[in-house]
Amino acid sequence: MSKKTTTKKTATRKPARSKKAKTDSWKRADGRAFDELRTIKIESGVLPNADGSAYIEMGRNKILCGVFGPREMHPKHQARPNEAVLRCRYHMAPFSVDPRRSPAPSRRDQEISMVMRSALEPAVFLERYPRASIDVYVEVIEADGGTRCASINAAAVALVDAGIPMKDLVAACAVGKVEDKLIVDLGDYEDKKGQSDMPIAYMPKLGKVTLLQMDGIMSTEEAEKALDLAIEGCKKVYEIQREALKKKYGIDQPQDKPQKELQPEEPKEEPEEEPRKEEGSQ
Amino acid sequence: MSKSNIVSHLKQKKISEVLSTGKRMDGRSFEDFRELTIKRNVLYKSEGSAEVWLGKTHVMVGVKVGTGTPFEDTPNEGVLMTNAEFTPIANAAWEPGPPNENSIELARVVDRGLRSAETLDTAELNIISGKLVNIVFVDLYILNYDGNLIDACSAGAIAALMGAKKPVYEVVGNEGKPTGEKVPLTVKKKPVAISVIKIGDKLILDPTADEEDVMDCRLTVTFDDDGHLCTMQKSGSEGLTLDEIKKCINMAQEKAPEIRAKAIGD
Repeated sequence: MSKKTTTKKTATRKPARSKKAKTDSWKRADGRAFDELRTIKIESGVLPNADGSAYIEMGRNKILCGVFGPREMHPKHQARPNEAVLRCRYHMAPFSVDPRRSPAPSRRDQEISMVMRSALEPAVFLERYPRASIDVYVEVIEADGGTRCASINAAAVALVDAGIPMKDLVAACAVGKVEDKLIVDLGDYEDKKGQSDMPIAYMPKLGKVTLLQMDGIMSTEEAEKALDLAIEGCKKVYEIQREALKKKYGIDQPQDKPQKELQPEEPKEEPEEEPRKEEGSQ
Repeated sequence: MSKSNIVSHLKQKKISEVLSTGKRMDGRSFEDFRELTIKRNVLYKSEGSAEVWLGKTHVMVGVKVGTGTPFEDTPNEGVLMTNAEFTPIANAAWEPGPPNENSIELARVVDRGLRSAETLDTAELNIISGKLVNIVFVDLYILNYDGNLIDACSAGAIAALMGAKKPVYEVVGNEGKPTGEKVPLTVKKKPVAISVIKIGDKLILDPTADEEDVMDCRLTVTFDDDGHLCTMQKSGSEGLTLDEIKKCINMAQEKAPEIRAKAIGD
């Protein structure tokens, strides 16, 4: 009898303890820890007609990115004599949000296109392709908060997939304040209720922030903390981006069969760049 | 904007040379603002207005209060809309046409500052819940461009809103009718944007057009009355290190009260 009661006690204690743990660590609506990213899946080389491409799922965000170029600039007067021009277009599908949105580019779309460009530009060796254009097209198939960060993550992978020489990858992640607590990688439900939101893009090897925006209210101390948290998040994203590229190109992988099959593809990509360069410099 | 032409590389060299001596082309220190003059209620037909000169940068801010339907998710709240117009008279390189990305950025950064700080009492702008609300339009009209539009416009927007009046509506049956009376708009917070630009390894405030032309990047930070950040926006094709970002925030924070005082114009 006494044994039974003790077992009962321990059985009831267990959930009680986990409840306590929950309140201590303050779980979010979807049960994530404050510094936990949503599940990220990145796949590169998904579009057969693009020079480089990537598909990202960040939580329920579903985003496709295609890179075209370096190719001849059209219209020609936009070309720069000393370097390539990186052009970005962020676009949301009408069915990506509720209610339906017009497919015409909104002011928000244009601003995101612009900040995406400035987030990616520092990472690309633009001076290698004078007079050329490199076009990055992002299509948001389904949006669930943090699309600009997810788009940048996909675009960086797609640029590498296009064989464009880069100084570093660009990884992006947002930090926000909800119920006076800083949390990483806000989902749509947190974004709308949150007090502030700060998306950041970061080049981990060069240690430089290339995208920094914020709205809502934050103290300077909170902002500094948020920056640090976001950079930690970006580093995690960076690893996932690298994995996605390794998966396709098999670099740094333990010696096994798939790597040998994939390796010969690599040198093929490089000579392709040369004739393009010639075309541009006629 | 940098790298847009070859000449600016020469300009960049000269400007960086002068910056390395601790001064700027016009003799200011890195933290100095040019002379900021704000005149309020300069227009008769708009509900509120402000004319801003920041050095040679000249902006007219007009506030109009109209009516419209509220957004679905905020049926009891009025709407604030900010729009920027780059007129072709302001700069030889600006052409008439639909807003370009720079004017969109300007409008959106100023708009986000006003929204994030909850500048207006949106509940006060409600006339008939879910059907009719006041819409406050803030139009930023650039008359002459010589750099630092965001700071000039955000200060101008606050000045214009503080002097603005809204028409009073009475509800007759299912419709709102203006009574002809006007009351001042409630301005709860006064956010001001301060932009810091980076040229080489130097961080400077209140850039001129030449300095903006050769800048590596810009970080705009908006502060409300309590010293809280309400908006940040980085633009330009270079990155910033964590230390540089913290420095920018500090520089902006120190400057914000001075600019706010000018915008309020006690």
